[in-house]
Amino acid sequence: MFTKILIANRGEIACRVIKTCRKLGIRTVAVYSEADAGARHVRLADEAYCVGSAPSRESYLRVEKILEVAKASGAQAVHPGYGFLSENEGFAKSCAEAGIVFIGPPVEAIRAMGSKSAAKSLMEKAGVPLVPGYHGDDQDPALLQRQAERIGFPVLIKASAGGGGKGMRVVEKAADFAAALASCQREARSSFGDDKVLVEKYLVRPRHIEIQVFGDSQGNVISLHERDCSAQRRHQKVVEEAPAPGMTPERRAAMGKAACDAARAVGYVGAGTVEFIASQDATFYFMEMNTRLQVEHPVTEMITGQDLVEWQIRVAGGAPLPLTQDQVPLRGHSIEVRVYAEEPEKGFLPSIGALRHFAPPAASAHVRVDTGVEQGDVVSPHYDPMLAKLIVWDETRERACERMLQALSEFRVVGVGNNVEFLGRLVGCDPFRAGQVDTGLIERERATLIPEAEPAPADALALAGFAVLASEARVRSTSTVEAHSPWALADGWRLNGRLRRVLAFKTAETSREVTIVHGGSGSLEIDGRASSGRVDADGRVRLAWGDARLDGHVVAHGETLHVFAGGRRWSLQRLDPLLHAGEDQEEAGGLAAPMSGKIIALVASIGAEVEKGAPLLVMEAMKMEHTIVAPANGTLKAFRFALGDQVPEGAELVDFEKAAS
Amino acid sequence: MSVIKSKLNTRSPEFAANRDLMARLVTELREKTAQVAQGGSESARAKHVARGKLLARDRVNTLLDPGAPFLELSALAANGMYGDEVPAASMVTGIGRVSGREVLIVANDATVKGGTYYPMTVKKHLRAQEIARENHLPCIYLVDSGGAFLPLQDDVFPDREHFGRIFYNQANLSSQGIPQIACVMGSCTAGGAYVPAMSDETVIVKEQGTIFLGGPPLVKAATGEVVTAEELGGADVHTRLSGVADHFAENDHHALAIVRRIVGHLNSTKSPNVAMLAPEDPAYDPEEIYGVIPADTRKPYDVREVIARMVDGSRLDEFKARFGATLVTGFAHVHGYPIGIVANNGILYSESAQKGAHFIELCGQRGIPLLFLQNITGFMVGKKYESSGIARDGAKLVTAVATVGVPKFTMLIGGSFGAGNYGMCGRAYSPRFLWTWPSARISVMGGEQAASVLATVKRDGIEASGRSWSKEEEAAFKAPTLKQFEHQSSPYFATARLWDDGILDPAQARRTLALGLSAALNAPVRETRFGVFRM
Repeated sequence: MFTKILIANRGEIACRVIKTCRKLGIRTVAVYSEADAGARHVRLADEAYCVGSAPSRESYLRVEKILEVAKASGAQAVHPGYGFLSENEGFAKSCAEAGIVFIGPPVEAIRAMGSKSAAKSLMEKAGVPLVPGYHGDDQDPALLQRQAERIGFPVLIKASAGGGGKGMRVVEKAADFAAALASCQREARSSFGDDKVLVEKYLVRPRHIEIQVFGDSQGNVISLHERDCSAQRRHQKVVEEAPAPGMTPERRAAMGKAACDAARAVGYVGAGTVEFIASQDATFYFMEMNTRLQVEHPVTEMITGQDLVEWQIRVAGGAPLPLTQDQVPLRGHSIEVRVYAEEPEKGFLPSIGALRHFAPPAASAHVRVDTGVEQGDVVSPHYDPMLAKLIVWDETRERACERMLQALSEFRVVGVGNNVEFLGRLVGCDPFRAGQVDTGLIERERATLIPEAEPAPADALALAGFAVLASEARVRSTSTVEAHSPWALADGWRLNGRLRRVLAFKTAETSREVTIVHGGSGSLEIDGRASSGRVDADGRVRLAWGDARLDGHVVAHGETLHVFAGGRRWSLQRLDPLLHAGEDQEEAGGLAAPMSGKIIALVASIGAEVEKGAPLLVMEAMKMEHTIVAPANGTLKAFRFALGDQVPEGAELVDFEKAAS
Repeated sequence: MSVIKSKLNTRSPEFAANRDLMARLVTELREKTAQVAQGGSESARAKHVARGKLLARDRVNTLLDPGAPFLELSALAANGMYGDEVPAASMVTGIGRVSGREVLIVANDATVKGGTYYPMTVKKHLRAQEIARENHLPCIYLVDSGGAFLPLQDDVFPDREHFGRIFYNQANLSSQGIPQIACVMGSCTAGGAYVPAMSDETVIVKEQGTIFLGGPPLVKAATGEVVTAEELGGADVHTRLSGVADHFAENDHHALAIVRRIVGHLNSTKSPNVAMLAPEDPAYDPEEIYGVIPADTRKPYDVREVIARMVDGSRLDEFKARFGATLVTGFAHVHGYPIGIVANNGILYSESAQKGAHFIELCGQRGIPLLFLQNITGFMVGKKYESSGIARDGAKLVTAVATVGVPKFTMLIGGSFGAGNYGMCGRAYSPRFLWTWPSARISVMGGEQAASVLATVKRDGIEASGRSWSKEEEAAFKAPTLKQFEHQSSPYFATARLWDDGILDPAQARRTLALGLSAALNAPVRETRFGVFRM
């Protein structure tokens, strides 16, 4: 067994690996980039070494540097986590050469599964089912038609050189094939300069089901059952669960066997995942094999009661698998959601910034939170903006869904946009609750999952109003030389009278008012109801409001109050007439960076007169492009940044002069 | 420390009767205050708001730290005067916190007679400045006034304590390091122009504030020049050309935000030189005071029942408890601030006056603020008392009260008659604040006594000339005097003329006193130098 392991990763997975190492009494070595110097995984590890600057290729992907640290620190093994170097054949090889154990499959297995086409032919030989199709060079239309009939309709015609949805046709019946083929070829020719196509079985409402496999160096390979990861957005998994809804023991056994066959075919050792695309009936086809620990491995751990990282470490140390296939438990149901710093309302734009407030639900036998961040940490633009994985377990799927909804309702994040509410709607929507999941679910249910923002209701406003009063009292009581000055009592006291105040908030683009009446001797009315309560340091507000007893959290972030109550959340922007009094009324619209990112194109030229809406420059953040446009007719006076500059959120990007109207 | 043991029976019919009467008086007070607080007529207010201006009280509330207390002064000034058409004497004054600092605010109410100065407006403004001077409170003037009320110019303009004194005070307050800040939010004409001009720092609101010595009509009359108010003395002119104002504000909110920033940069600190404790509520509910004060003012009661409901933990350490028992003296704390209490518990005798003078000496020596609770019909009269020198002992008390250097606070909780008013720190003895309870009465003597004195003189004259005077004739003779005294001894009559700083709800006496104490401690407690005591 190892006594010291280097973790060549960051974020939640690095923290996850450290946790198991701690349990096993293994010391841990973290590596980090300059941007991660204060990150949670660095704080948790026994030792930590900086391996370079923020961009991954200059830090987390630097094979030689990481191995140098491994050697210098005396680590006997490296755990690569997922992503980064986890499926990098060269890294695995370099580890071996350096005499350090790579906690993962043999180099050959990585290589074999690394190439998708090579992997498929390998699988075909091993008898693992593949999506029926024709990939041949002979493009004779009659041959293609025959192939389509052999495969069985509906089929998909795809441009071989294609991508991004271009040059694709779904054909429902034989009679339509010729016309669709001709049209597809035309489009392929014009788009890619190559009209070669392939024909594949088209799956209606396909599901993504994967099998967790494990192999040891003694040649044993077993399956730890399936995970259903059908709830996806743009091929990104959003919700994962185990077991798969509607799974039968027969189908599980068949898929498990196919997956183990696939693993055996490449001499697999360690944790791996065989991904299948499955139809709504019982058929399934091999897609690819991931030769690493998956993000969603916790759901498997929850239903089997096993620690997969521990298995990885033991197997890498040469130990046999701790269980035989028959001994692998399957208990209850587990669901995982990925909590991201992103804004579903803005097309899932990644959100960058400091975590002003980060309060995941409390962990318990039913709730598990895997995270790499803590309150106060900064979500940087350099890496995947996943904040946490929230995992729940219960006896049945129905109860697990309830657990998840409850846990999500307790999950509070302020400082960056996040998908917590979106996840709650997704897990709570009828098709999901009914187990009718497929890869198109999120797109289909978009309107339900991302509804128009609603103005905050009266009780949320009352909580916000009370929190404002409490914060005023706090400021007052700490800002005076007299510790107990009666002037510091923020109770709105008036001689023989009452003080009526109106607090205004903007919520969902409408403004709402909360009327406060201080009646003297501490009595308080909020919107006409007698009110009393308390506010804790963590923002919890308990308020007796007329007959109602409200219990929520209010977290202030700049001028915005984030109210969490009854499982819902609202952002209320405080409209304080003094705060921006006298500020220039001119709209600054659209000239500040909407998020941290890099300038990738300067479109307009300096001095150019442009019309409202004309593109001025393009930013890139999280692999998405954002065009900054002119807010009005006017003249571009200067760019404040150069091409390639990294700019922080809110930075003024250009000097722009509006044309006189 | 000794906790006062209340002997009050809160279930007695007497308590209930007392409580009901006081509750009625307090309700009347609150209603009257609310009525006055509305300012001018509905149409005047609507017009004011339609111009984008905030009402005077909204300006004050916006200027104050959010939710901070406001100790309004002279809220019922001019009540019942000038045909009852000048609520609050067209001005809001008071003490509140701005940017964490206690300040004195004077705000004209332009919805009342254009914010013009009536005699009581002048008196209210000067009283506010006096409070600022005594307690070292920065002054903020929210100016929106047409200047002197011309029909009463003889009672507003010429005398020592008239309009001109405002600017004299501004200069002298500034010279004493008490900041003078003006915010011009409306007109500021003629003499009024000197409020911003005499200030240390001045804000003016665009297209709203104007400052000029002579307005457009006067200019036209004098020189024939035709000019708009904005061209003559608007914000742009005064912040760009004349330098009469320093800060240009877009609107009321902006102006008030600038004033808050100015106060934030005053760089003043408060160093109270008294030993403070953590505040503690009284052991007895202050609202029970309602049931303590007898509905019949002639009925005696133990003033300790009042003190028990005002001081921290109901604790009072009495001084000379066994001597001169008609005056209660002792040390206590109010909201953590130390205080020496002098309270009437009957008529003043030589012993009680001596005891009072001694106790005031102690407080002067130790720098402890003093609270006087007045319920006094006067000093004892009669041959025995005059011959034993009660005037000598009374003079000792008056000397001590007049010359002690510590902050003094007076509350008129019952009768305030004759020389008792002097010995118990009446208005003439410059307490920092003087408040009246709704049940109090103030006059040179009781109406019955005054009428009797006058009737006795009259009867003596009539009988000396051999005629007779029937009981009915005497009653008819006494009636007008009784009526006059009844009317003039009402606290509303007193407060209208600024004989006090306001009437207050007895249940709020403790909080009001605490605010006053804390405000007073902005000025260091002065050393005492007593005058000659007649021994």
